[in-house]
Amino acid sequence: MNFIVFAILALLAITAVAIAKLRELWAVIMFTGIYSFLSASWMIILDAPDVAFTEAAVGAGISTVLMLSTMALTGKAEEIPRKKSLVPLFVVIVTGATLVYGTLDMPHFGSPDAPVQVYPDPSFVKRSEADMHGLPNVVTALLASYRGYDTLGETTVVLTAGIAVLLILRRNDEKDEPTQLAGNKTP
Amino acid sequence: MSAFPIIRIITKLLIPYILLFAFYVQFHGDYGPGGGFQAGVIFASALILYGLVFGLEAIQRVAPPIVIEKCMALGVLVYAGTGILTMALGGRFLDYNVLEHHVLPQWHIPSGQHLGIFLVEMGVGITVTAVMTMIFYAFAGRKQTQ
Repeated sequence: MNFIVFAILALLAITAVAIAKLRELWAVIMFTGIYSFLSASWMIILDAPDVAFTEAAVGAGISTVLMLSTMALTGKAEEIPRKKSLVPLFVVIVTGATLVYGTLDMPHFGSPDAPVQVYPDPSFVKRSEADMHGLPNVVTALLASYRGYDTLGETTVVLTAGIAVLLILRRNDEKDEPTQLAGNKTP
Repeated sequence: MSAFPIIRIITKLLIPYILLFAFYVQFHGDYGPGGGFQAGVIFASALILYGLVFGLEAIQRVAPPIVIEKCMALGVLVYAGTGILTMALGGRFLDYNVLEHHVLPQWHIPSGQHLGIFLVEMGVGITVTAVMTMIFYAFAGRKQTQ
C-alpha cells in the first residue's frame, strides 16, 4: 500500500515538472491528462471514488479534448522565454515554503481528533440513515438533502458557466460572418 | 478519425457501457458513490467520444444542439421545481419529507427523502450533461468554421 502511495505521489511530482519544462504544447496536454489520471488514482486510495470519477472524466477526458481543440486554433509550441526571471522563482519558493510551513500545524492524516472529524457535529453521520428513510450514503444525503439549497446554487453556477462560454464563443462566430460578407461585396 | 476501423469499432463497443455506467452512477448514487455531477460528466464524455470519432454532424444528429441548449436550463428547472413542489405540498423549500406517499409500497417506489434526492440529482445530471456537451459543441464548431 505504502509503495503505491509513494509511487503515485512521485509520478505526480515528475509529471508536474515535465509539464513545466516542456515547450511542445501537444505533449503538455497529454501530460496534463496523465496528471489527472494519477490524481484520480490518488483519490481512489483516499477512499473518494466519486471525486475520482469526476477527475477522470473531466480532467483526463473532457478538458484534454477541449485543450486539443483549442490548440488546433492556436500555435503548437510555447515561446521560449528570452531572459531568466529570478522574481517569479523567488515568489514561488516563498509561497511554497509558506504552504509547507502551514502543513506542520495540521493534525496527522486520518487522525480521529482532526477538526474535520469532530466539527460541527459528527452525530449526523449516525442520524442520516434514519433521517433519509434508509438511504445509506451520507455524502449524497448531505449534498442533496441537508445542504440541498447549496447544491441548487452549484447547479445554477454550472448553468451560468455554460451560458458564459456559449455567449463568448458564439458572438465571435456571428461577428466573423458579416465581415466576410462585407469583404465579398467591396471588391 | 472514422477512417480507422479499430478506433471506430472499439468506440462502438465501449459507448453503451459508458452510458450504462453513467446511469448506474446517477440512479445508484443514493446507495453507492456517485450522484448527478459525476453521472453528468460520464454521460457527456460518452457523447464527446462519439463526436470525436464519428464527427460533429453525427453527434449533433444524436443530440441536437437545440435540445441540449434547452436541457441546460431544464435541469435547474427540475431542481428548483422540486423545491416549489414541496412548498406547494405544504412543506418548506426542498423539504422532501412532504413527498412521502404510499403508492405500491411492495414495489419500493422512491418516496419522501429518497424521492426528493432522486429528483434533484436528476436535475443536476441533466444540467451537467447538457453544459459539458454544449461546451464541446462550441469548441468543435469553431474548429470547423476556420
